[in-house]
Amino acid sequence: MSLFAGAWPMLRKEFVHLRRDPGTVIFALLIPVIQLIIFGFALNMNVRQIPTVVYDQAPSQRSRELIARFRSTDTFALVAQVTSDAELEHEIRRGRAQAALKIPFDYADRVLAGRGATVQLLVDGSDSTVSSAALNVFNALILLENQRLTRAGSPIVEARPAVLFNPATRSPNFFVPGLVAALVQIMVIILVALSVVRERERGTLEQLTVTPVQPLGVMLGKMIPYVTLGFVEICWVLLIMRVVFAVPIHGSLATLLLLAVPFLVASAGIGLLISTRAHSQAEAFQMAFGTMLPSIFLSGYIFPINNMPPQFQLVSNIIPTTYFIEVTRGVILRGAGLADLWTNGAVLTAMALAAVGLAARQFHRRLS
Amino acid sequence: MPPVIETREISVRFGAFTAVDRVNLTVDRGEVFGLLGPNGSGKTTLIKSLCGLVKISGGEGRLLGLDVHRESPAIRRRIGYMSQRFGLYEDLTARENLEFYSGVYGLTAERYARRLASVVELTAITPYLDRRASQLSGGWKQRLALGCAIVHEPEVVFLDEPTAGIDPVARRALWDLVFQLSGQGVTFLVTTHYMDEAERCGRVGYLYNSTMVAMGTVGELKRLPAANPPGTARYEITCPNITETLATVRALPFVREATIFGQSIHALVDAAAAPALATATRVDPRPIEPSLEDVFVTLTNRILADRSAL
Repeated sequence: MSLFAGAWPMLRKEFVHLRRDPGTVIFALLIPVIQLIIFGFALNMNVRQIPTVVYDQAPSQRSRELIARFRSTDTFALVAQVTSDAELEHEIRRGRAQAALKIPFDYADRVLAGRGATVQLLVDGSDSTVSSAALNVFNALILLENQRLTRAGSPIVEARPAVLFNPATRSPNFFVPGLVAALVQIMVIILVALSVVRERERGTLEQLTVTPVQPLGVMLGKMIPYVTLGFVEICWVLLIMRVVFAVPIHGSLATLLLLAVPFLVASAGIGLLISTRAHSQAEAFQMAFGTMLPSIFLSGYIFPINNMPPQFQLVSNIIPTTYFIEVTRGVILRGAGLADLWTNGAVLTAMALAAVGLAARQFHRRLS
Repeated sequence: MPPVIETREISVRFGAFTAVDRVNLTVDRGEVFGLLGPNGSGKTTLIKSLCGLVKISGGEGRLLGLDVHRESPAIRRRIGYMSQRFGLYEDLTARENLEFYSGVYGLTAERYARRLASVVELTAITPYLDRRASQLSGGWKQRLALGCAIVHEPEVVFLDEPTAGIDPVARRALWDLVFQLSGQGVTFLVTTHYMDEAERCGRVGYLYNSTMVAMGTVGELKRLPAANPPGTARYEITCPNITETLATVRALPFVREATIFGQSIHALVDAAAAPALATATRVDPRPIEPSLEDVFVTLTNRILADRSAL
């Protein structure tokens, strides 16, 4: 008997399985395409359009020329003018800007005098890719400005970069807080979706349908345990981050945990939505995997959102992880408080309500 | 008092397919009604439509005097349903399953304690109470599932093929349980493929191709003119070489139906042909009344013949 006896009928049967299960084929063929598109078009390690605020202490012809030079690059996107150091720091802390160009009041005078002018660039170090790119381009721009101002001799303008919040630009400080959000979302979505679909597969969901159980009752009973588990997981990962990776938490842990609640509920709601569409656990897992790719690649976890084409930025805007990553980085690295992050909390709450509401409608249709 | 189950011209359609076609059914309190029919004849759909699991497309269904569609929430507390797939949580123990379902039906702790005691006594599941459902044999699973379906003391219980795939002893135990409950006034609607089970039921209905083609007590069905066409008679032929004889019998022009029953052949023949049958088989045929299976086979053949005649 041949070592390969049975290979041919097995192989033929397997192709029949594939033909009968279009979901798997679509999964196999579509996921790489999505990945390719995301990697090819959306993800770019070249940093572009860093949101930047300008603090020009004494607007003049000279300072306007310098600002124009910044504006003409693709690296910086000037989003606002600020009028004080406090305002400047606030804009960065709340995540609206990742860099700030500060031109001192004596800049024009010193340029005219031909010596001793300084320009400061303050960079948010919580994203190490962005901060190092910003610093490089900043140095280059000042070099160019010096060349323009003086044909020869010693440079007039001195670049003074400063990294805020993560001065050592350690990469765990950047990656671990983002990972908390990405991991927990995937886990909660998968666990909730599977727990419902498992009941459908085993017939217990149908059994429940003839009992007085209400759709919202089923949903709450399914969500609360996994939201709790997700909450414990967040605490656990934060503890590891603090102890093993020595990433300090600058802001208030209470703020972080408070904003984790709508994030977890939104994730559980997405899990429920998947469960209303999936017929088997395998299908539910595939769908959950489908949400995993964008929440890792388009949420700003690894690749800055500002670098993505607008269509992809739209996608990243509807992923809960995007908002929760801003929260974790804001609180952990920049010490942001509820006052800085309430918009993220509001968006997450809206997402939680929308996901649970949609799931409730689907459940109602299925259960009655 | 209104009948416990009452349908008038009830129909269920899925797109172009009619799964239940204008079925009329009345079941009184304490009855055990058997629903028979080939696979796909609409038995499960009929049960599901009564339990509110599928929408009724036409006609009317009433349980305990309540409309199954409009008054579904009020009905749910008063009915029990056991599907072909048990509806047990395999990783929970028997006790945890009972506890869960009693919680779902909103039983108070006190009532649960009372119900647990009585369900445990009824099903004799005490030795397995703390065993996981996945570790129970098919028969015990079935009993536990029935226990879960009656933990809230329903007045009507729907059993969809409750004994499929379990051994004869467990089957008998389950039926004993059903009759014990029906003695207490619980009404049962049970689907089955087993004729011996059907014979136990007070009344049976035969669904064929989505329509109820016959309904009544087992005795009534056996005397049904459609099952005993005028001018025919049923005989039992007992002989040693049964398979060859069957072929011979089937080839005879006056034999309408013939099938093997254990060690003998049951044949439906033209009434006048008994001597010819004896000659052909060289045995004395013994006249018999039709079994329930004979009734259903004859009914089915007649419907098929009528249809092809059209």
